[in-house]
Amino acid sequence: MDRRGFNKLVTLALFAFGVGCSGTTSSEVLVSAAASLTDAFAEVEAAFETANPGVDVVLNLGSSSSLRQQILEGAPADVFASANSSNMDQVVAGGEAVGEPTTFALNLLQIAVPAGNPAGITGLQDFANEDLLIGLCAEDVPCGDFGRQALANAGVIAAIDTNEPDVRALLTKIEAGELDAGITYVTDVRSAGGAVEGIVIPDDVNVVATYPIVRLTSAPNPDGAAAFVTFVLSGPGQTILASYGFTSP
Amino acid sequence: MNDDKPQRRSERRPALVLVVLGGLGLLVFVVPLVGLLVRTPWSRLPELLSGDVVIDALRLSLVTSLAATAIAALMGVPLAWLMARVDFPGRSIVRGLVTLPLVLPPVVGGAALLFALGRRGLVGEPLNEATGLVLPFSTLGVVVATTFVAMPFLVITVEGALRNLDQRYEGAAATLGAGRWTVLRRVTLPMIAPSLVAGLVLTWARAFGEFGATITFAGNLQGRTQTLPLAVFVALESDRDTAVAVSLVMVVVSLIVLVALRDRWWRAL
Repeated sequence: MDRRGFNKLVTLALFAFGVGCSGTTSSEVLVSAAASLTDAFAEVEAAFETANPGVDVVLNLGSSSSLRQQILEGAPADVFASANSSNMDQVVAGGEAVGEPTTFALNLLQIAVPAGNPAGITGLQDFANEDLLIGLCAEDVPCGDFGRQALANAGVIAAIDTNEPDVRALLTKIEAGELDAGITYVTDVRSAGGAVEGIVIPDDVNVVATYPIVRLTSAPNPDGAAAFVTFVLSGPGQTILASYGFTSP
Repeated sequence: MNDDKPQRRSERRPALVLVVLGGLGLLVFVVPLVGLLVRTPWSRLPELLSGDVVIDALRLSLVTSLAATAIAALMGVPLAWLMARVDFPGRSIVRGLVTLPLVLPPVVGGAALLFALGRRGLVGEPLNEATGLVLPFSTLGVVVATTFVAMPFLVITVEGALRNLDQRYEGAAATLGAGRWTVLRRVTLPMIAPSLVAGLVLTWARAFGEFGATITFAGNLQGRTQTLPLAVFVALESDRDTAVAVSLVMVVVSLIVLVALRDRWWRAL
């Protein structure tokens, strides 16, 4: 193992044991980001590091609620990017945020159908059809909550056949052609490649997920944190996010 | 079990290191249970357990786990007999295949079932075209998933018993003029009965607690495919008290069955 790798390992170990952040070099930016940002932020990280030589972005990915818990329990991080406002609000209320969070991305809902749309789904009204196999995320998962809101907005009482534990499980069953349709985020449809097709849900019934970002008060690297947030909100940052299906606020 | 006194006499007390390590081993099982008990909202228990989600899930869990056990008995005993008594080529491979669900992550099993028996699956598509039957997202799908995961317990228990059985008893019965079925019914099955019952109990208990294959293959819908473990998982996100209460029911039911049957039949294992 080379010296740099060893240093990285020591830093990680320090994080893991919560010993503190004295081992963190000023050139490292630790970003706690929602799991749905995994692919997009990997590219943002690469672009940011190219633009800022010597800076190393470390992504800590997880569900927004578990990241919120980590931050409130004192785990060191420079930036928090959440997939919804409720977890961000709790971080702000806990006094961990520097100033007000900024919304950096929006994620719209889309109807996801298997490639070729074998059931001929055209819109949310098809979700009431008893003869089709329809899946949603479970009610308590954000995508399930938003999906139900969209159905309610459209006045559709859905004939649901399964409430999947998360959006990944729902997509798998749509990809396999076992479900005729489900409701996911635009970014999920995009990430599934050609196996899944998206059908647009009209703006007047669609539900928008907002992604806020903020610097943290306990940031070991406040300058790096500020630079990263600025980059995400900048033109190049927004272009990368758009390529993954996110909408600019 | 501990009748071999002569050898043990010299060492009445077990070595300290054994006690410490064994005790730690026991804690691995006990601590999570204590955690559950500490977190249980005892006073609200009746109210939490009488909700329609819990009642539906309990009914579905009992029906599907018993159905899976019955199917496992119907097909698993003959399979065990073939594996124990017929020397066919590839027998060790068959043994491996049968025990695979024991070590496979149930989610992987569920996905495999989906690709094989789903509406667009290898077997599922012709099945659907011929009969209109769709297994995923149906109660029958839950039974299929739990059978897949639980049946190995029956097969390996019964196979082990058949292999250890002294075949001279069967031979004697046959010599005395008993036909094949009579031998099976009057000699073989009674002799392996303890193992058979132990296998059935283990199979049922595994089916009752099945989660991963069920949610992956059969989905999650109250009253149709949402068994108790699925109800617990979903409730953990929103209603932790209900999740804990249902978990407690599962622990109590399983423990009663396992402890009650242990002394009578588990010696066979």
